[in-house]
Amino acid sequence: MSISNKIKKMLGLKSESAEEVKEMKKPKIGYIHLSGCTGCLMSLTENYDLLADLLDMVEIVYGHTLVDVWEMPEMDLALVEGSVCIQDEHSVEELMEAREKADLLCALGSCAMTGGFTRYARGGQQAQPSHESFLPISELVKVDLAIPGCPPSPEIIAKTLTAYIKEDMDYLKPLMDLPKHNELCGCDLQNEVVNKALCCGCGSCAMACQTRAIEMVNGRPEINTNRCIKCGVCYVHCPRTWWPEEQIKSELEL
Amino acid sequence: MVLGKYVEAVAAKCKDKEIQKVSQDGGVVSGLLIYALEEGIIEGAVVSKVTDEPWKPQPHIATTRDEILAAAGTKYTMCPNVWMIKEATRQYGIEKLGIVGVPCQIGAVRKMQTYPFGARFVPDKIKLIVGIYCMENFPYSSLETFVSEKMNLSLDIVDKMDIGKGKFWAYTVDETATIPLKETHGYEQSSCKVCNDYTAELADISTGSVGTPDGWSTVLTRTKFGDKLFKEAVEVGMFETKPIEEVKPGLGLLKKLAKQKKERAEKTIEERKKLGLPVP
Ligand SMILES: Cc1cc2nc3c(=O)[nH]c(=O)nc-3n(C[C@H](O)[C@H](O)[C@H](O)COP(=O)(O)OP(=O)(O)OC[C@H]3O[C@@H](n4cnc5c(N)ncnc54)[C@H](O)[C@@H]3O)c2cc1C
Ligand code: SF4
Ligand code: SF4
Ligand code: SF4
Repeated sequence: MSISNKIKKMLGLKSESAEEVKEMKKPKIGYIHLSGCTGCLMSLTENYDLLADLLDMVEIVYGHTLVDVWEMPEMDLALVEGSVCIQDEHSVEELMEAREKADLLCALGSCAMTGGFTRYARGGQQAQPSHESFLPISELVKVDLAIPGCPPSPEIIAKTLTAYIKEDMDYLKPLMDLPKHNELCGCDLQNEVVNKALCCGCGSCAMACQTRAIEMVNGRPEINTNRCIKCGVCYVHCPRTWWPEEQIKSELEL
Repeated sequence: MVLGKYVEAVAAKCKDKEIQKVSQDGGVVSGLLIYALEEGIIEGAVVSKVTDEPWKPQPHIATTRDEILAAAGTKYTMCPNVWMIKEATRQYGIEKLGIVGVPCQIGAVRKMQTYPFGARFVPDKIKLIVGIYCMENFPYSSLETFVSEKMNLSLDIVDKMDIGKGKFWAYTVDETATIPLKETHGYEQSSCKVCNDYTAELADISTGSVGTPDGWSTVLTRTKFGDKLFKEAVEVGMFETKPIEEVKPGLGLLKKLAKQKKERAEKTIEERKKLGLPVP
């Protein structure tokens, strides 16, 4: 079974029958740039040593900063960076088209997955004062997997792409669970971990926060909501929100 | 496997007198970190060190032997060591980092290495992970309750605290005070009840006091790297070792406690599920 079919099956979607699926050699990958800052793409390219190999294993078929293609082609995997501004007709259309033409859709980065700091947008600026509503893409389309981070680390992008190419479902599974969490914020640590008697005071959330919005006080995270950009990274790093024990053990051979 | 996967189990004691003087048990943690530092295997390590308030630890990035020694000894309260990992690789520019932590912290580091969403260029800089056994941890105010209220001592004058032989111990220059461990029940950090890792199963090397006599440590070497490092340190004379079979009470007690902890976690998790509460 191809990776697309495996993922679809796990997501409870109808997978194509074996005859219909040609063995996928080089997956066709597209890059869709919505309301993002290109930081996620830069993070992908920060895989210096690995990048040539990585790009060799896939075929980049679409992406404004990457290839000179105007018509969006069919894609095996579309990486979407940025949230979607619903007052911007073109963005909405592009997202819809990507959903239609991509077998799998991945929210790359926190803006795409949770809205990130575009959650604070409220319009009123030149030259488009009416552009005020930015949503995580899962509000408009079905998202198959998500990679949060602002930006996501080069390593997680490389690991995810490699897992995708190698059809490593065990690795990808948690990422397929993430798109449903599209309203994350530092407050979740209090609500979902501390309030639920799960915080062990490890400090992982404060380590991971990319804006230093978290300080550990008496063994518990204290959130400076003025600094929080709602990227969700603290929540996904916390060992008490989800715990990939088997995956860790297999990587360590323990 | 209640102790997790390991290559070898031994009893060990650091031969360095200066380390012996300050360490909690056999000085395995401090000895290993100092050995790794001197050999250039690490450039620094995140340890937990008491600063302003008595017995209240803070994570500390130690880059010298003296700083590692200054952080030796167990503090029975949460110290968020994982917090300082990114700081160590950025502000301190450490390329090869060591870290010591209780099992949940080691787990957090491993999860970060496996799924490093917000940890750009951090995972591969962590070179040595030393885990310490842990049955449970306490909020700082619980320590104050044990020492100030139940033992009538001031935290300021306590030199060492320890848990063992069914008691909580506090030592001052001229006094040894205890309370039965029973009296500490109900004061634990509540999230420890869902924790099923007693011996830091995901560390390179884990160590603790249970299983070996006073002044000694029980060591489990786990990863290939951890096993090699520990054996090198023994080879150069950093540690004295004995086969674990030759010491009392040995691995039997360790296994028994590890099993108890796993059963407690399983039970708590079932109870939580019944209440509709999330489980890790
Ligand atoms: C909360 C807690 C519970 C424990 N429970 C058990 C137990 O049930 N059974 C058992 O056998 N051993 C337990 N230990 C471990 C034991 O007390 C010793 O830490 C261990 O044997 C190491 O001794 P050492 O002489 O090798 O280390 P040392 O050379 O004394 O070094 C100790 C190291 O631990 C670090 N450290 C101290 N306190 C903390 C903390 N709160 N969080 C993170 N790091 C810390 C220090 O920075 C230092 O680097 C526990 C430790 C802690 C912190
Ligand atoms: S607290 Fe930090 S890591 Fe958490 S959502 Fe806010 S900005 Fe992101
Ligand atoms: S990452 Fe650690 S300190 Fe932060 S909320 Fe989770 S358990 Fe608590
Ligand atoms: S019992 Fe578990 S959760 Fe509690 S401090 Fe120890 S390792 Fe962490």
